[in-house]
Amino acid sequence: MSFLQGEGLYGGYGGADILHGCSIGVNKGEVAVVVGPNGAGKSTAMKAMFGLLDIREGSVELDGREISRLPPQERVGLGMGFVPQNANVFTSMTVEENLEMGAFIRQDDFGPTMEQVFSLFPVLGEKRSQPAGELSGGQRQQVAVGRALMTQPSVLMLDEPTAGVSPIVMDELFDRIIEIAKTGIAILMVEQNARQALEIADRGFVLVQGQNRYTDTGEALLADPEVRKSFLGG
Amino acid sequence: MTDILNALVLLGNFVLVPGLAYGSQLALGALGVTMIYAVLRFSNFAHGETMSFGAMITILVTWWLQEKGVTFGFLPTALLALPVGIIATVGICLMLDRVVYRYYRREKANPVTYLIVSVGILFILSGLVRFIIGPQDRVFADGERFIMKARAFKQMTGLDQGLAIKTTQGVTVITAVVIVALIFWFLNRTRTGKSMRAYSDNEDLALLSGINPAKVVAITWVITGALAAIAGTLYGLDKGYKPFTYLGLVLPIFASAIVGGVGNPLGAIAGGFVVAFSELLLTFAYKRVIAYLTPGDWVPEGLVQLLSTDYKLAVSFVILVIVLLVKPTGIFSGKTL
Repeated sequence: MSFLQGEGLYGGYGGADILHGCSIGVNKGEVAVVVGPNGAGKSTAMKAMFGLLDIREGSVELDGREISRLPPQERVGLGMGFVPQNANVFTSMTVEENLEMGAFIRQDDFGPTMEQVFSLFPVLGEKRSQPAGELSGGQRQQVAVGRALMTQPSVLMLDEPTAGVSPIVMDELFDRIIEIAKTGIAILMVEQNARQALEIADRGFVLVQGQNRYTDTGEALLADPEVRKSFLGG
Repeated sequence: MTDILNALVLLGNFVLVPGLAYGSQLALGALGVTMIYAVLRFSNFAHGETMSFGAMITILVTWWLQEKGVTFGFLPTALLALPVGIIATVGICLMLDRVVYRYYRREKANPVTYLIVSVGILFILSGLVRFIIGPQDRVFADGERFIMKARAFKQMTGLDQGLAIKTTQGVTVITAVVIVALIFWFLNRTRTGKSMRAYSDNEDLALLSGINPAKVVAITWVITGALAAIAGTLYGLDKGYKPFTYLGLVLPIFASAIVGGVGNPLGAIAGGFVVAFSELLLTFAYKRVIAYLTPGDWVPEGLVQLLSTDYKLAVSFVILVIVLLVKPTGIFSGKTL
């Protein structure tokens, strides 16, 4: 059983189920990547893990504790951070205010955490007084990740963090994500850029129609000719 | 030279001073409308009546104070009564939210439903106000009537034209400046204020950050209620309190909020002054100003008034239409706090 583990998840947005018993898990210090074709339920699985979607069956456990009935806000309190795919920054607020809002539930001094975020993403430190809506796509993603890090989470969940950014920025973001994982945070992310994501993944989950098709280390999945042929374009 | 000064003083007396006072009142009203729009995302047509309710409570307390012989020196006694008016208005706002708006929030009602609900609240509040205080005119301004009398100004400067500043006008402008400064400080410097802006900017992300929506909504009503009570009382002090006028006030207030960019507090203030000065400049009779600025026999026979004062309300309408046609998002492109 992993640190964060979703087991046998069934559920959807009210109508027919989108998830058909998929299982996803990640341990502290690891990067786990969920890949798969469009409509496979990758993002849905993430939302289900975070409580943004009610699951009909299955369980979500964090550090051995059953959390599948908790609302998202309480999961934030337990140390889970979530970076949505779209609208993931407060566009009218400055970079610094975005980070401050990320730390909203903290009562202690979050100054040191903010400095850590600025040292992880130096460009944010330079633009701290600029509204997040005026930043480039890649910088916005950095704000979004930084905001989620402000609670000092033990699990960070990212829904397609590299959507819409250039390949150079994508590599850069992946490097940062590895750095974050090295500090002992569990990272679970959904990625469209399957090949690059699996290269940095300790674990990979290939989802098809809401079910696990392949589950292995990132390296093994990349080496598997079946997976390469069907999902990585040869 | 004196002619030019006389012309300027004439404009100052009939346009600038009343415009500043009226603009401040509209700005405070529009700020309340914009807050509700930014956070709860609907147009609160009951805001005018909420202002009327706040003014009514303040008047009742003022009467009670006056009966007890309490006065506030040269300032109107109503300022002493205002805190009670604010508390009562905040109370009724929170109560209405609890029994009415909360239901529609849970139902995730669309903005049009909200708008109709707010019209319903408008009728309930206006009925309540008339039931308690009656529909008559009430003058409750006391204390010194003028900060600057026209005659004193003439003696001081030796000009033909006088500049009069009513105490209520001075009080209105100063209160508005203080309140606006407080609101901006709150929104930009405090944690709670920032969480309100965050909620207004991106509701889902605010939830993910652990911001409690119930608290944000409650604070929004507290601020809106306080703003309504203050704006209503200042308007009543300046122009006399009559419940009916507050219904008519909704239009220029909405025009102000929309002109500036609804949802943007800075826009609400700018919009308030744009509407106030447009109304005054278009309905002012320029005859005497022209008389001062041109040689004697050039004076026109008419009043040189662009619009009769009866058309005051139409000015708000026209501004509203122009803004919606040319720049629908308003001067400051609002949506979020």
